[in-house]
Amino acid sequence: MDIIFNGKPRELKAGTSIQELLDQLRLDCLQVVVEHNQNIIPRQRLAETVLEDGDVLEVIHFVGGG
Amino acid sequence: MDQLIIADRSFKSRLMVGTGKFASNEAMVAAMEGSGSEIVTVALRRVDVDNPRDSMLEHIDPARYLLLPNTSGARDAEEAIRLARIARAAGCDPWVKLEVTPDPYYLLPDPIETLKAAEVLVKEGFIVLPYINADPVLAKHLQEAGTATVMPLGAPIGTNKGVRTRDNIAIIIEQANVPVVVDAGLGAPSHAAEAMEMGADAVLVNTALAVARDPGAMGAAFKKGVEAGREAYLAGLGKQQDKAQASSPLTGFLRK
Repeated sequence: MDIIFNGKPRELKAGTSIQELLDQLRLDCLQVVVEHNQNIIPRQRLAETVLEDGDVLEVIHFVGGG
Repeated sequence: MDQLIIADRSFKSRLMVGTGKFASNEAMVAAMEGSGSEIVTVALRRVDVDNPRDSMLEHIDPARYLLLPNTSGARDAEEAIRLARIARAAGCDPWVKLEVTPDPYYLLPDPIETLKAAEVLVKEGFIVLPYINADPVLAKHLQEAGTATVMPLGAPIGTNKGVRTRDNIAIIIEQANVPVVVDAGLGAPSHAAEAMEMGADAVLVNTALAVARDPGAMGAAFKKGVEAGREAYLAGLGKQQDKAQASSPLTGFLRK
């Protein structure tokens, strides 16, 4: 299946949860905020939220800014 | 110096600093430490999984600094609200520097979208610090909507031009019931001092520190500028006059 990850298409194994994807990408869930189809997913629900074909995922973190 | 109070929280420093555009995290930390600031702004962006970098947050001690996420990059109210909610979900205090800049060339804030977003965010319990053009009527509307401050610009972001909007900022200061933070365009400690002498409650500086050869020393220089300006404001500045007023007694003995 394919999802849109931070604006780009990405192929994933069916049944992948958001937490599994973050682990694959070596992203620390404490350092990022995840928006799944424009809904913010609380950290404790990342493992139970399974991605589906066509989902849109935004993974956001803090950077320097004024 | 007297304390700055925003939304019932008090701060010793009246200088807020931004964390953008620094050459390194070390330079950013040096500027923060030199400035004596207690409020630092940060932005939110997509994670770049192809170029992973260490988190800048690891370099900011949350016990020492209040993290003030901005909504930079938002072009309308909806995007700004979305960014503010993401910042809160990241575990920040619900403070947000509301910034809506649809025009990438001058980065001037959109007054209508900023007010719309402020109304929603205040209702959601955010402490909203809106970045605005130096428009006294807009400042009043925002204050009535419940924002914690108003943040009028001195000049467009990153221009280092100083307090070009002086006359309108003076009106905003005269009319405001909330702290007035002069944000953007301040390029030198003298600019920060000028804003503070006028009675601004605080200033926010980023580019001037980030582009300095020595960001730590520039942070310290701005600290002095802000303190000098505040102390002069509290001490009471003399009025400007057109005619000379002699400082020395004019009764002389040289001529009859």
